[in-house]
Amino acid sequence: MANKLSLITKGLVKENPTFVLVLGMCPTLATTTSAVNGLEMGLATMFVLILSNIVISLIAPVVPDKVHIPAYIVVIATFVTLLQLLMQAFTPDVYATLGLFIPLIVVNCIVLGRAEAFASKNSVGDSALDGIGIGIGFTLTLTVIGIVREILGSGSIFGWKFIAGDGILAFVMAPGAFLVLGYLMVLFNKLAKK
Amino acid sequence: MAAKSNLVNMALCLTAICLVCSALLAGVYAVTAEPIEQAARKALVAAISKVLPEGGEISDAKTAEFGGQKYEYYESSRDGQPLGWAVKTSTIGFGGPLTLLAGITPDGQVYAVEVLSHSETPGLGAKCTSDQRFISQFRGFDTRSKQLKVRKDGGDLDAITASTITSRAYALAVSNAAELVATLQKDKEE
Repeated sequence: MANKLSLITKGLVKENPTFVLVLGMCPTLATTTSAVNGLEMGLATMFVLILSNIVISLIAPVVPDKVHIPAYIVVIATFVTLLQLLMQAFTPDVYATLGLFIPLIVVNCIVLGRAEAFASKNSVGDSALDGIGIGIGFTLTLTVIGIVREILGSGSIFGWKFIAGDGILAFVMAPGAFLVLGYLMVLFNKLAKK
Repeated sequence: MAAKSNLVNMALCLTAICLVCSALLAGVYAVTAEPIEQAARKALVAAISKVLPEGGEISDAKTAEFGGQKYEYYESSRDGQPLGWAVKTSTIGFGGPLTLLAGITPDGQVYAVEVLSHSETPGLGAKCTSDQRFISQFRGFDTRSKQLKVRKDGGDLDAITASTITSRAYALAVSNAAELVATLQKDKEE
């Protein structure tokens, strides 16, 4: 039981996808302009990650070795397209802000990385838990980066403004994304080592 | 662990996966096609009702050509009298196409403007969707007596701070819409 739990918790600290594995940098930098955007992107990625992990661990034994990458990519791309269609249909508001980045989940190294490193070698149940754990880790990290950038860049938290006027503009743009990511990574690894 | 690869099982495996995946996608597409269209329609109707005076009956989409560009527009009318026109108008902003819905009333005034889609820089040009100081200038703007241009270009609009290119594109889009409506009205009179 403790073993199963550790499958989930390792995604939070020991194998945190952003700060430790340093995967999925593109969506991390691009979508974390606000806390809500980061949260939504994390949840969308988690959805794809869990489903693709489950399916890939199911099909892995029968997929010939030489074509395993194209096979996994097709599975992942299918789930991403499903997600895109479903979001467009039922949550058009979320889609309006994130739509541009959803197709990028296909090339997010986290998803293929977990398929290769974990799902193809482990049972369905464990792969699902791994997807949940890494997904939660990614979502939390993106949300934290989003919170910091929103506070500094727009002077608000989750859309609630606590100062009048503008924040430090750079933090909403690309340079701020790198700065915040870098400092948070240092802080995280320092704390995690203890 | 994975099966040993040969030509036959590689081809079979990929074919099977692609078949299942495309069947799944086709199914979901069929189910979601209608809600997606409805959502797009709802967003458009909501935008139209924001940029035109209330209480009019909104026509179906019409198209007109103006200055070599095709425009889609909607006419709102009450008892046969036009209340205004909502014109979908597009220009190139700083980061890519900037598409607006501009509401123009029969007396040549801008009623209101909504941004439909844009790819401007967050925190700078993207403020064209939220900066009230910029947006409110367009409300009731008389296109017959004033110039729909930013002050730098000799017009009567204050640009968004540090986003002159976006502001210019925005103003040009609205100005195109107003001119289109002016030619539409002229055509009707003749």
